[in-house]
Amino acid sequence: MSLKAFHVFFIIVSILLTVLVGVWGVHQYIVHGSGGNLALGGIFFFSGLGLVVYLMWFFAKLKEL
Amino acid sequence: MEIPYTVAERPDTGLYNGKLGIWLFLASEVMLFGGLFSSYILLRTGDPNWFKPELSVPMATLNTMVLITSSVTMVMSWASLRLQDFKKFRLFSGATFLLASAFMVIKAFEYNTELSHHLYPSANNFMATYFTMTGLHGLHVLGGMVVIAYLWGPGSKMWKTEPERFTNRVEITGLYWHFVDLVWIFLFPALYLL
Repeated sequence: MSLKAFHVFFIIVSILLTVLVGVWGVHQYIVHGSGGNLALGGIFFFSGLGLVVYLMWFFAKLKEL
Repeated sequence: MEIPYTVAERPDTGLYNGKLGIWLFLASEVMLFGGLFSSYILLRTGDPNWFKPELSVPMATLNTMVLITSSVTMVMSWASLRLQDFKKFRLFSGATFLLASAFMVIKAFEYNTELSHHLYPSANNFMATYFTMTGLHGLHVLGGMVVIAYLWGPGSKMWKTEPERFTNRVEITGLYWHFVDLVWIFLFPALYLL
């Protein structure tokens, strides 16, 4: 596996992590009323969106390499 | 005598020497960290008095962001060499080193906070596995920093004489670095959230 392929795999796993932490944050807020964890979930959710945008940009960049 | 397949791919494996070597090494690393993760799961599910103290989730979150960003700068440093832009390689490689340093500094602050609260490895099963796994991961980050610094500094002389071989060296460093980052992606939820 090349670095390009491993990087794509890593970013996909990172996106899955952001989704997991986002759901965890909302769950913590519902169960314990923890606003801090909700904020953390929000940060990860938006980071995940950023990673999706980055991944699309990276796929376009791959054609140059 | 010239060493074969440092740049060209071997016909039987389809890989150059360095890439085959790093994947064999990473396979052994999967077994090492896999064993530790398995131990953690077995200890956690088998201990009726399992106790997990509060850890600094914000610091770990910051470290997660730092490592994900460092994987981006690492791949960009390799891509810069593929595009024959050595200055950009220096820039992105330097950024990767700085981000790795930031990770280590944040981790040191975190360890300091935990130790000041008497959360030593001997405190309980959780702290023992926590320090073993994050400590081993930290050593891997440190190892990666040494290699990145070498390729940024004295090792970069190879770019003038053997640019393709140097690009391959950066690629296998990148593969190692992504593995180290991937381990953290699993450590973070396992140790801090669940």
